[in-house]
Amino acid sequence: MDKSINDQASEGYLKEIQHDLFMTLSWKSRRSKLWLVALFLIIMLGIFAYYRQIKFGLIVTAMRDYTSWGIYISNFVFFVAVSLIGSLMSSILKLTNAKWSTPLTRISEIIAVACIICASIIIIVDMGRPDRFFNVILHGRIQSPIIWDVIVIFTYLIISLLLLYLPLIPDIALCRDHLSSVPKWQRKFYRFLSRGWKSKPEQYKIILKSIRILSIMIIPVAFAIHTITSWLFATTWRPGWDSTNLGPYFVSGAFMVGSAVIVVAMYFIRRNLHLKKYITEKHFDNMGKLLVLLSLVYLYFNINEYLGPAFKMVGVEGEHITELFTGKYAPMYWMVQIFGMILPILVMLPRKGRKPFPMLIVSFFVILGAWFKRFLIVIPSLQHPYLPIQNVDQSYREYFPTWEEWAICAASVAGVLLIITLFMKIFPIIPIWELAEEKGVNKEQIK
Amino acid sequence: MAEKSNSERPGRRKFIKKGMLTGAGALIGSGLVSSCSDEKSGESSEKVKLLTTDGKLVEVDKNQLQHMSMDLATREESRQGIPGSKFVLVVDLSRCKNARKCKIACDEHHNLTPDRPFIKILKMQDNPNSSPYWMPKKCFQCDNPPCVKVCPVGATYKRSDGIVLVDNVRCIGCRFCMAACPYSARVFNWGKPNPPVDREGEVYSPESSSPSLIGTVEKCDFCPDTIRQGKLPPCIPSCPNGALYFGNELDDTVTNGFETERFSELLREKAGYRYMEELGTLPRVYYLPPANRSFPFKDDPSIESS
Ligand code: SF4
Repeated sequence: MDKSINDQASEGYLKEIQHDLFMTLSWKSRRSKLWLVALFLIIMLGIFAYYRQIKFGLIVTAMRDYTSWGIYISNFVFFVAVSLIGSLMSSILKLTNAKWSTPLTRISEIIAVACIICASIIIIVDMGRPDRFFNVILHGRIQSPIIWDVIVIFTYLIISLLLLYLPLIPDIALCRDHLSSVPKWQRKFYRFLSRGWKSKPEQYKIILKSIRILSIMIIPVAFAIHTITSWLFATTWRPGWDSTNLGPYFVSGAFMVGSAVIVVAMYFIRRNLHLKKYITEKHFDNMGKLLVLLSLVYLYFNINEYLGPAFKMVGVEGEHITELFTGKYAPMYWMVQIFGMILPILVMLPRKGRKPFPMLIVSFFVILGAWFKRFLIVIPSLQHPYLPIQNVDQSYREYFPTWEEWAICAASVAGVLLIITLFMKIFPIIPIWELAEEKGVNKEQIK
Repeated sequence: MAEKSNSERPGRRKFIKKGMLTGAGALIGSGLVSSCSDEKSGESSEKVKLLTTDGKLVEVDKNQLQHMSMDLATREESRQGIPGSKFVLVVDLSRCKNARKCKIACDEHHNLTPDRPFIKILKMQDNPNSSPYWMPKKCFQCDNPPCVKVCPVGATYKRSDGIVLVDNVRCIGCRFCMAACPYSARVFNWGKPNPPVDREGEVYSPESSSPSLIGTVEKCDFCPDTIRQGKLPPCIPSCPNGALYFGNELDDTVTNGFETERFSELLREKAGYRYMEELGTLPRVYYLPPANRSFPFKDDPSIESS
């Protein structure tokens, strides 16, 4: 083999990747500005709604003494669920040597970080006394599942941030050395974050080792974060939540919705940032297969979750199941189960269903289904206490979220999107050096 | 063991009766006094002149004076139970006719708006063939309390005297305890509390659960503030039918303000039970079954069952 020709080829390849992926940073189209303005406006509306909540109390929500948790909590569970995708893509798939997922690792990691941040915000929004937040630290009781959740979410956030940042360092160094037209603060920012990266072998050694350790560490933490979130429900004395199946049920559902979110992100990033070369139809095909597998696992846990209680129909537990199957929540329940789970499996089984566009549509269904599924997990259970609800105002029996609640939840979703968008404006969303290395470019040459 | 205590009982019983009769008399008396003064509360024309600690002369409403002078436990003191006590409540379902007087007394004592009471009187029917009955329900003060287990900040806690209290100054309003409570005993201050009576200057104590604080959770507290004053919780003497008995398990006595009974005997003779024993929460509230009723069941059309 002629080494110099090989070197030249890989250098050329590196230049090409750099060029393509740096392009994603300089998207200044009108559409992207409009997008940012829209996100900003939604967030402002959410902040206004929260201001009202601070001023008048949680009375501005539709939550009352029986339905004491509402869409804030279901939205929180949803975000925690989506965040699990970070560990799946950048850890589980990486450790199993699934090379195809390399371009998706950074996308999934920033989604995970953004979701965890917004999940934390929404849980503070749900508090009756956010001003006493520090009581959680001052008087925290380790016996309470909430404290377990706080600890594990914080751990997950830290590991996710590191798993986002460490593989980013070589790329930040590239930005530092090659992007000369960016504003001064941005260059300073790159210089600061790249921490003197010079593509030296010992530097790579440290980084690669840390990444490997972290990507093993994050797996149990990822399982823990959603299992413990399920225990917030399973540790209470409530029909509908009193289930040993809740942990795996939540975790499997989380991997499924997370994959769907990745598909949607892939679709828009690929189209809007012109990355067809890097995010290929093969990626959609693989994600489709993965999504079908995860949906089947979720289906299995769904059957486990509902069959036993539905067969026995014991007391209030039976009332709760009846309400879901044929009662006032039946339309939502069946829509969620059919469009959010069964239909995606059927569509994505044949190869044709795993093309980008059908995948996008199906993933939207999965995401919507997952959001409303969490609504169905949280709210109907609360409306079926052991003792009858009597002598209360009608508002205590029903739960229709108020505009404030919707606005705040919408703002949290916009917050996730804003974090991802801003990240993409500053950092290359596809890992340059990892991709180049996979194509045979020598690591130390990546400068 | 059982035989021995049986043979011992007559003598001891007499003693208890004597002791408790005067006790009950005192309790009724003070109960009446407190209900009289409560009726007056709100608009009182009587003003009292007082010297404050920093030397100012102030004029205070007489009602306020009464509330402020109540020797309320501080937040720290409230964490300790009243020594030598394990409080229990016995509800005789055969005597309840939905008079709702206990609820009203409770609302008054804690200054609650009528729509979110600590005491609920539920219309229950165990099966389609048995007759419905009224079931007054308040916090069960469980010995294995789900709410205490889940609270992230220890704002709700179990005391040595069996009472489960809420520290509304520590509560962060997460409502995990509401989700955990199988008996829906807890109410939340969703908005600014809107107390019916303006008790200006009232100092908060977990033992009085008053004044209500926005964004925090509340519930029936077995009124340790009145117990400390040697009085029964206001709901007990207010029941015109004597359906509610309150007392100390360690003394084995309970009283409804009119009659005093041996707690263990009452449970044994009337087949006392705890609601949903199978949940393992070990409530401190006992029910006597609605058998041989004092009143026929009369429905209240304003209550729609769910
Ligand atoms: S609402 Fe208050 S008392 Fe209840 S669990 Fe939360 S912090 Fe504890």
